[in-house]
Amino acid sequence: MAENFLTGQETYNYKVVRQFAIMTIVWGVVGMTVGVYIAAELTWPWLNNVLDVPYFTFSRLRPLHTNAVIFAFGGSALFATSYYVVQRTCHVRLISDKLAAFTFWGWQLVIVLAAITLPLGYTTTKEYAELEWPIDLLIAVIWISYAIVFFGTIVKRKISHIYVANWFYGAFIITIALLHIFNNMAVPVGMWKSYSAYAGVQDAMIQWWYGHNAVGFFLTAGFLGMMYYFVPKQAQRPVYSYRLSIVHFWALIFTYIWAGPHHLHYTALPDWTQTLGMVMSLILLAPSWGGMINGIMTLSGAWEKLRSDPILRFLIVAISFYGMSTFEGPMMAIKTVNALSHYTDWTIGHVHSGALGWVAMISMGSMYYLIPRLFGRELYSLKLVELHFWTATIGVVLYITAMWVSGIMQGLMWRAVNPDGTLTYSFVESVQAMHPYYLTRWLGGMFFLFGMLVMAYNVFRTVKSPKTFEINDTIPTPALAH
Amino acid sequence: MFDAGLFTSQFWEWFIITGTVGGIIGCFALILWLGADSSSSKSKDKKVETMGHVWDENLEEYNNPLPRWWLNMFYITLFIAIIYLILYPGLGSFAGVLGWTEIKQYEQEMEAAENRYGPIYAKYAKEPIAELATNPEAVRLGKSLFMTYCTVCHGSDAGGVPGYPNLRDHDWLYGGTPEAIKTTIMNGRKGNMPNAETNNLNTEADIDNVVEYVVSLSGKQHDQAAAVKGKESFNKVCFVCHGNDGKGNQMLGAPNLTDDVWLYGGSKATIKDTIAKGRLGNMPAHGEFLGTDKIHVLASYIYSFSLKK
Repeated sequence: MAENFLTGQETYNYKVVRQFAIMTIVWGVVGMTVGVYIAAELTWPWLNNVLDVPYFTFSRLRPLHTNAVIFAFGGSALFATSYYVVQRTCHVRLISDKLAAFTFWGWQLVIVLAAITLPLGYTTTKEYAELEWPIDLLIAVIWISYAIVFFGTIVKRKISHIYVANWFYGAFIITIALLHIFNNMAVPVGMWKSYSAYAGVQDAMIQWWYGHNAVGFFLTAGFLGMMYYFVPKQAQRPVYSYRLSIVHFWALIFTYIWAGPHHLHYTALPDWTQTLGMVMSLILLAPSWGGMINGIMTLSGAWEKLRSDPILRFLIVAISFYGMSTFEGPMMAIKTVNALSHYTDWTIGHVHSGALGWVAMISMGSMYYLIPRLFGRELYSLKLVELHFWTATIGVVLYITAMWVSGIMQGLMWRAVNPDGTLTYSFVESVQAMHPYYLTRWLGGMFFLFGMLVMAYNVFRTVKSPKTFEINDTIPTPALAH
Repeated sequence: MFDAGLFTSQFWEWFIITGTVGGIIGCFALILWLGADSSSSKSKDKKVETMGHVWDENLEEYNNPLPRWWLNMFYITLFIAIIYLILYPGLGSFAGVLGWTEIKQYEQEMEAAENRYGPIYAKYAKEPIAELATNPEAVRLGKSLFMTYCTVCHGSDAGGVPGYPNLRDHDWLYGGTPEAIKTTIMNGRKGNMPNAETNNLNTEADIDNVVEYVVSLSGKQHDQAAAVKGKESFNKVCFVCHGNDGKGNQMLGAPNLTDDVWLYGGSKATIKDTIAKGRLGNMPAHGEFLGTDKIHVLASYIYSFSLKK
């Protein structure tokens, strides 16, 4: 057991948290850079052929972008915060430093393998699950190790009540294990080629059961865990309502798992499955907003802090975007709305209001809280946090409004009909009409990426500066724990 | 009311129903239980206590009641869910009281469209295509159809792209008469150029020689000696479809090789590729999909190109 060499007291494992926290920043920069590049490829298509090789075309880089931002950036943020939170709210060190280190190095290996194989064109073609079977097996082993470290630490806890953040982290870890394993069932026919174990519409259904819950559990439940720790900590206020957290936790994890079929409205999927997907997506509105209320209302009585604290502002604006996207989501799951929005840029806008507004901003806020405490150094510059906050916010707003307009325009152009029953617009006319919005989206992405680079610089200067205070990683003695 | 045979076994049917109904009841139970004293004006002034647990130095929780408006919203979505599940198929094989299905909706919309737009095309059905091609109204209508259904392959100017014929160049693979054009659209066409192996061109030199000869047919620069050798091979195999003179055969859709019009490209490298690997062309049949009346009008638009010199 690691001990503080000065006091002889037991300490938390901060090493793995530090590693994941730094990689969150690194992968954030990488993933968003690729995102901005592919946004530029859509705006100026000649960029696809700039080197006359297939590796940097939109089709190869798009899955690299999604994997990098979701699993490398988002994943590292989740690993870092969950390891930090579970230790500090259970008052014990992680059960195994070695296994935790294995999850770190294993996860980084997965990311590097993804960055190599995806541009080379190795893909299962399943969205957000493009990685081929050898990498999938590695992910499964790492994820199970993660679960052992996390739940083992919970079991060993010195405090009887399990803090609400850990419920969400726990649900996220268990569900992602199930989703990953079942969606990636495949028959390998070579080192880098496999065929899905499911056929036809069943394959599509399993894929979107996975796909939507990658959103529901990876990008929502996990980050709600983050919210439940870092918002009350930064605001220094108690969580608004314990019973609200119970209701929205159970309702959320039950309902999310049904929502996948709304990705397959008006397809070969049986009618009854489509109906259940739509109905459950509608029910999901209240459980989602329960989380938003609990996060924002935690600030009640301390609203003035928003004026002076850019870190808290990151967290609260993230929760606001969460509320907005979780209203938009159920609405888009309604069949008549979906008939307009499906296959258009509206979907891309919706995803990014969640991904940039919610996931990225809550992660950034949490990292600004975490990094000084992990390294024993005050943040190099709060002004730069402020700058980051504004560029990020402008970036998200530009991005999503451009995609709303573009998406609704596409949907309306595709369904416009002449008096003789033929289509008013050919497809290429709708592509042409999208150009100004693609330009705006790229600009929004540039703002967001610029903010991320400012963060990287700020974190770099923080970590490189001399230590300003002792790192508080000692485990409280049982007398302190209630 | 029930769609028997939708599920492979009753177990799965009840599995779905139990999960759905149980889940909705569960949500009700959860909010009835914890929402019993939801926040109203009365409880607002009451001082809220924390739960009494402290984690990590200062993490605590209040236990504020559930906001009334939020609770109402939750109830409303649950009621909408119940009503929707009564009206539409969702609970196992229960078909819903409206009897709605995706297929029925599609068929109804198609029927409505047919009733609305059918007569517009039907009125031209009796007039010959050659005459319609001079009727600006019919040609405009045909162009609308073309822009919707044909541009993906043939381009919005009908100028074609490699592999998909140019329809404006007065050169026809299967014939340019009104009837031939209509037949092509109705039934589709399948072009099949066999590969070198099938054609008994076994060495690369064989292929190269034929390339030189084919190029010579349209008067382009070529290697005389190789072309002479290539002609021998041509007269053994290629002539079957393309004819002794290389002028092609519209019965088979075999292209004329003497007119310097190329479906896949006329460079030596592309011609070599065509001879070595063969080609499979596919114009899909549209008869069932568009119906005779629309195709009649569409054919008049295509034929109208032939009237312009």
